[in-house]
Amino acid sequence: MGSDGAASMTRRDLLRMIGLAGGGALMYQAMTSLGFAAESPYRKPPPLQGSGRGSVLILGAGLAGLVAAYELGKAGYKVKVLEYNARAGGRNWTLRGGDEYTELGGYKQRCRFDEGEYFNPGPWSIPYHHHALLAYCRQFGVALEPFVQVNHNAYVHGENAMGGKPQRMREVQADFNGGVAELLSKAAGKGRLDDLVSKEDGVILLEALRGFGGLDKDYRYVAGHACSSRRGYAKDAGAGPGGEPAFSQPVSLHDVLGSHLWKSLGMSGMYEFQTTLMQPVGGMDAIGKAFVREIGPNVIRYNTKVTGIAQDERGVTVSYEDTAKPGHVQQAKADWCVCTIPLSILSQIPIQVSEAKAAAIGAVPYWGSVKVGLQFRRRFWEEDEAIYGGVTATDLPIGMISYPSHGFGTQKGVLLGAYTLFLEAYEFTAMDPARRIRRAVEDGSKIHPQYAREFENGMAVAWHRSPGTLGCFAGWTEEARAKHYSDICSMDGRIVLAGEHASYLPAWQEGAILSSLSAIDALHRRVVVEATA
Amino acid sequence: MKKIVLMSCLAMCVAPAYPQRIDITPREDVARLTGEQIYTHICQGCHMPDARGAAGAGRYPALAGDGKLASAAYPAAMVMNGRGNMPAFGPTLTDAQVADVVNYVRTHFGNTYIDSLKPDDVKTFRPVATPPEKH
Repeated sequence: MGSDGAASMTRRDLLRMIGLAGGGALMYQAMTSLGFAAESPYRKPPPLQGSGRGSVLILGAGLAGLVAAYELGKAGYKVKVLEYNARAGGRNWTLRGGDEYTELGGYKQRCRFDEGEYFNPGPWSIPYHHHALLAYCRQFGVALEPFVQVNHNAYVHGENAMGGKPQRMREVQADFNGGVAELLSKAAGKGRLDDLVSKEDGVILLEALRGFGGLDKDYRYVAGHACSSRRGYAKDAGAGPGGEPAFSQPVSLHDVLGSHLWKSLGMSGMYEFQTTLMQPVGGMDAIGKAFVREIGPNVIRYNTKVTGIAQDERGVTVSYEDTAKPGHVQQAKADWCVCTIPLSILSQIPIQVSEAKAAAIGAVPYWGSVKVGLQFRRRFWEEDEAIYGGVTATDLPIGMISYPSHGFGTQKGVLLGAYTLFLEAYEFTAMDPARRIRRAVEDGSKIHPQYAREFENGMAVAWHRSPGTLGCFAGWTEEARAKHYSDICSMDGRIVLAGEHASYLPAWQEGAILSSLSAIDALHRRVVVEATA
Repeated sequence: MKKIVLMSCLAMCVAPAYPQRIDITPREDVARLTGEQIYTHICQGCHMPDARGAAGAGRYPALAGDGKLASAAYPAAMVMNGRGNMPAFGPTLTDAQVADVVNYVRTHFGNTYIDSLKPDDVKTFRPVATPPEKH
């Protein structure tokens, strides 16, 4: 395929092709590489110069809405937030024992996790370069701890790879690197690289390949010190008589390539997943809760369904219903409006904006995603398999298993038993929650046979059935961005939109925060201009 | 399909066993899904198993008794290209499958339209591939 062909493919085509070629983990990897890789440009808190005046209605109490309420409130605006759910945070959300969750269709789950156990069904990690989110955590005293993404002792698994037996990521990585390094060394030794590298560079390259691949003194990737120091040992070093380690036997490059397990290796090197990632201690919702605390009481009106957004030259009027009293329409008025309602929902609400903005609001379908949290009576992954946090990638429909990054060495644990996107997400969404959980247990048992004995209970969240979002995140394509993105972000009279959908960091909390900072900056500038006019 | 549903209902009553496989379509088999299977594996995630849709902060429209189904072209275009929060399934499904799932929805859930779509009928809704970008 030429570069022209690749450039002309839609993102969806590309994802589908990748999906057909690989498993869920690969889809995840691909998704994050398409427009997700920009480093957050955030450097310091927003410069809301001058004191705010007037009132602002904020629609939605997810992170975008909470940032707007906090910053605008601090700048002197009178702020009011309308939120559909009975809680703040939006997709910043944590499930714990005793929580009840009813998804669209009326499927109700009651979380039966033990005290202290939890599961983040939405965002679950914070890359070190998500500066805005980390700055708020620092400012509000939200305690963070390492989130383990890459674990060399977790598995890569293919249903038809190596007899379906999960392979340690460490071994596949070492064998892939070793095999490639040996191949390249051979090519160099035969003079095949002579027209590609200078003689001097060739000498350095050989030396580098030996270190990179764990080759022996003759540039071979064979059982021995160098190889085992990377892929691990058949018998680890011990002490006393019999303490001598035994080298492990590498898998040939032919077998590594044929297994296709190498497809899962790249994720750990991607910008979003590079060390260090973080998570709030005790659950992701610590961030949303900190905002609510800082904003103060009586600012957020919960259980409030927005049914219409109108504006004229004097102000904004938002129609809403209390979810307990459907059909009984009330109105809220303000000078300005920051609307963070996901486009999946906003596209269904009458809103008085330009034709171009209305078209943009209706042009972005939302991707689905399903996450399943499973509680086990024993942390067998730690006790039996020495896996402490991190991700096992699989081409089974569950996509991956992620082990908790906290509570090492304690008795019970909740792991992420499925994280599906695209086609698998549709299929998991189409099941009722109990079936999703059983499917996650069934798939996971192929990697960890201990599941059968140790599984206790689970929670399954399908984002397309989430009543407050109707989807997981905005499914921008390159074409849609070119056509509509600027209209999503522009201030339209007295209304400005914010949320991850108005960012180049879709699905990331950082995208929601940066978008909100950008939106309130635009709003505030307008106010300042009006005040001086 | 009925059998699978029945078996899983039984299994739910006999904890904690997970004896039977819950169907998820292997990607290479997607092109072989029938209209009914497409509905139960994909559509019902949002439109619900009874096709009555659902409402939260926004809504998923009911397909049961939906007057917009009177013309088969409307659902065919929706499935193929999407609109609003309805994703486009053109890239995922074949023409025959789009016709099949539309025919399924228009003859179930209380819908009784007798005219049926053929693969050639939906071909016209498939978007023309965008020409390569010039560099």
